[in-house]
Amino acid sequence: MPAVQETVDQVRLIDVDQYKYGFVTDIESEKAPIGLSEDTVRYISAKKNEPAWMLEWRLEAFKRWLTMREPTWARVDYPKIDYQNAYYYSAPKKKPELASLDEVDPQILETYKKLGIPLREQEMLAGVVRRDEDGNVLAERRVAVDAVFDSVSVATTFKEELKRAGVIFLPMSEAIQQHPDLVRKYLGSVVPVTDNFFATLNSAVFSDGSFVYVPPGVRCPMELSTYFRINEANTGQFERTLIIADKGAYVSYLEGCTAPMRDENQLHAAVVELVCLDDAEIKYSTVQNWYPGDADGKGGIFNFVTKRGDCRGARAKISWTQVETGSAITWKYPSCILRGDESRGEFYSIAISNGRQQVDSGTKMIHLGKNTTSRIISKGIAAGKSDNTYRGLVTAHRKATGARNFTNCDSLLIGDQCGAHTVPYIEAKNSSSVFEHEASTSKISEDMLFYCRQRGMSAEEATALVVNGFVRDVLQQLPMEFAVEAQKLISISLEGSVG
Amino acid sequence: MNADVRAIKTPAEQGLAQAFAAARDTLPGKGAVAALRENAFREFDLRGLPHRRVEEWKYTDLRALMREAVPLAGVPDAAAKARAKEAGAAFKGVDCRRLVFVDGTFVTEMSDLAPEAGLTIGSMAQALAKGDARVAAQVGKTFPNADVAVALNTALMGDGAVVHVAAGTALARPIHLVFVGGSEKPSAAFVRSLVVVENGAKAIIIESHEGGTTQVNAALELVAGDDTQVDHVKLTQGRALHVASLMVSIGARAAFNTFAFTGDASLVRNQSFIRFAGEGSHGGIRGVSLLRGKEHVDNTLQIEHAVAHCDSREQFRAVLDNESRSVFQGKIVVKPHAQKTDSKMMTRSLLLSDDAEAYNKPELEIFADDVVCGHGATAGALDPGLKFYLMSRGISDKESEALLIQAFIGETVEEIAHEGIREAVMNQAIAWLKGRA
Repeated sequence: MPAVQETVDQVRLIDVDQYKYGFVTDIESEKAPIGLSEDTVRYISAKKNEPAWMLEWRLEAFKRWLTMREPTWARVDYPKIDYQNAYYYSAPKKKPELASLDEVDPQILETYKKLGIPLREQEMLAGVVRRDEDGNVLAERRVAVDAVFDSVSVATTFKEELKRAGVIFLPMSEAIQQHPDLVRKYLGSVVPVTDNFFATLNSAVFSDGSFVYVPPGVRCPMELSTYFRINEANTGQFERTLIIADKGAYVSYLEGCTAPMRDENQLHAAVVELVCLDDAEIKYSTVQNWYPGDADGKGGIFNFVTKRGDCRGARAKISWTQVETGSAITWKYPSCILRGDESRGEFYSIAISNGRQQVDSGTKMIHLGKNTTSRIISKGIAAGKSDNTYRGLVTAHRKATGARNFTNCDSLLIGDQCGAHTVPYIEAKNSSSVFEHEASTSKISEDMLFYCRQRGMSAEEATALVVNGFVRDVLQQLPMEFAVEAQKLISISLEGSVG
Repeated sequence: MNADVRAIKTPAEQGLAQAFAAARDTLPGKGAVAALRENAFREFDLRGLPHRRVEEWKYTDLRALMREAVPLAGVPDAAAKARAKEAGAAFKGVDCRRLVFVDGTFVTEMSDLAPEAGLTIGSMAQALAKGDARVAAQVGKTFPNADVAVALNTALMGDGAVVHVAAGTALARPIHLVFVGGSEKPSAAFVRSLVVVENGAKAIIIESHEGGTTQVNAALELVAGDDTQVDHVKLTQGRALHVASLMVSIGARAAFNTFAFTGDASLVRNQSFIRFAGEGSHGGIRGVSLLRGKEHVDNTLQIEHAVAHCDSREQFRAVLDNESRSVFQGKIVVKPHAQKTDSKMMTRSLLLSDDAEAYNKPELEIFADDVVCGHGATAGALDPGLKFYLMSRGISDKESEALLIQAFIGETVEEIAHEGIREAVMNQAIAWLKGRA
């Protein structure tokens, strides 16, 4: 391909121009003093008006964090993070108590509108029943949104309706106040405080995030969603999400994230814990679109995230779906602990890297119960000068008889300056487990492109079509709203990639 | 704890340091070779025995497995040589040139030194002692700093084979390097061999390791020139703690095949570092491991596609019984300019027991966009349907299993081009299967 260099340049240019979410909301905020110390932890805890046990928990984590080292095993290379030169808490100045959305700072509402999440309109439309031409009531797909702006949750929609169904959907800080028993019981039970460097840091300084509890036998009436937005400069975001699906419950949760374009790197170290009891199901979808930095790799979010689900009960099911397009560095391994017999774990991922992005992502499927099954579908697309690594572990414990796993991870390279890597760990510790793993790396087939071009498509359209076909397995798993958004994201990242 | 932080030295590490201090003046080779040893030992001293936090040794924690360092093996006495007489019997049916090493020392009277045009053979210890320029120029150059076990071998290398095949020579017979432990006392052998196959030549090298209660650290550097055809087969058996490193550089338009058979061996680590240095070459890297008891076999590969237009096939099979553990770590690295690389890696483990453990890590590291690279891994038990079919035809339980296992490993063994060697390897596998019944 003669135009490879040109293609790469084009992709790079488009990448910088295309980040639509890079604006900054000019809003007054209050921040914790810069740096990280025991005082910072106390400050955050006091700001949230937390009970003593929570503060103790945080301090314990902080002490532990001081003794830990940053992990170096991932295939990512980044300048040393100065943990003392960042703000660990930032919140828009607000009225003490918000009774309704009307009291939310209009600028923030405007921000979310710009991001495609019109909180107010959504809420208002809720009361209107829409009918089709024949007068039948249209079933609407509604989504309850928790909007997290820097370190705090600014709004949560559909609170009342969820309450009627018995579903608790609250910002974490409110959940600590209102449902301390539930939080105490489950917080840190999937990702222990001492799990890893970034999870421990999160445990010490986490600010907000979502808390979901779906009671036994309840099918959550709508999709739940949290939209994370980093706005302040030089601020890290440390959210903590905890989702509990009690026996026989079902919940689908979506997560989206964006940040403004800034020259400095910002740290995002989140922890997500999922607890799935007997016969329950949690579907967790992410579209990660943090600012990826510019073409020269300047700026961008460092995304160090610990996500883990625990299928604690029999026949529980956890499904992770992720579309990763943003962040300068992605270090993320949504995992499933398949503890309950016949539980099931799924991981569907598309990771697209461009410019100088570095992605090291994958999953862990830990089979502990009998007859547990897991499936991993991962698609990595590397373009520009990026590196895209799939790193995954599948392991079956000695007692996990009858465990089954199927893994399929493919990589696609666009241009000759990027890298695609696969690092699977497959550990079978009993004879009745059956593991299958397959992977391939290749470039877009000339034949396929030719076939499409022959039928009158432009080069860009043809590439987009082939790539969409390539990632279809994953997109099908996304909830409708996100599937559309993800398709758009993919076309952005690849536009102009054919020379 | 971080991997680069050095812990307190283990008794084995201390023992190795003492062994090196005591032997450094008597080990063969002065000048550049002595300097090479010193550097290599410093490297080992810095990093210590590899342990589970060193990624490449994650599943074979040598620091835990090697409790102590046993004394370096001395020159074999008559009794040791007598015990070594039957060594290499697995390839008795193959007409080959035997070169025998007892406790790591070359024994000329047991070796076949009949002259052959274009072939030069000799002892590594002698070549190093004499200051053989060609050997000194090559040793440690194929993969400098490949691994800490190689560094340890370089520091303490004693004897081994030096084989040189002149350009355009097609060897009449395979060369069989027989490594055997003859000593009754625990001893350690650090063998280092060098095989250079010049442009357009053809050679088959068999390596067999067996016997003894020793610790073996074996390294083989193999340089295959342009248009060469080189086959390498390694058979490992016995109770030794066996760490072997194969370092290969393949020239242009060459064909290189290696096959590692391991059966009834206590603790084996086979690590292969293979580089495609010339375009248009083909490589076949294969292996079969049969494990039972508490055996542990680790096959670790690093295949480096440094140039364009090469293809490689990696295929490994492991059969695990009882409480055995098998490890496969394969890494295919495609460098930025190695376009049109075609590489396929497959590893399959067959678990016959609930207490066996199979660890597979087939890894890809790709920096070129116009390549076809794939890898696959499976782990599981015998298909009960197939077994039922055989048993319904009157074949006994164990016999049906044996047939299925034979078929499972047969696919890989079939790839050995030399008929006699292929049969010899299959016979070893059949003998192992008989041992199960």
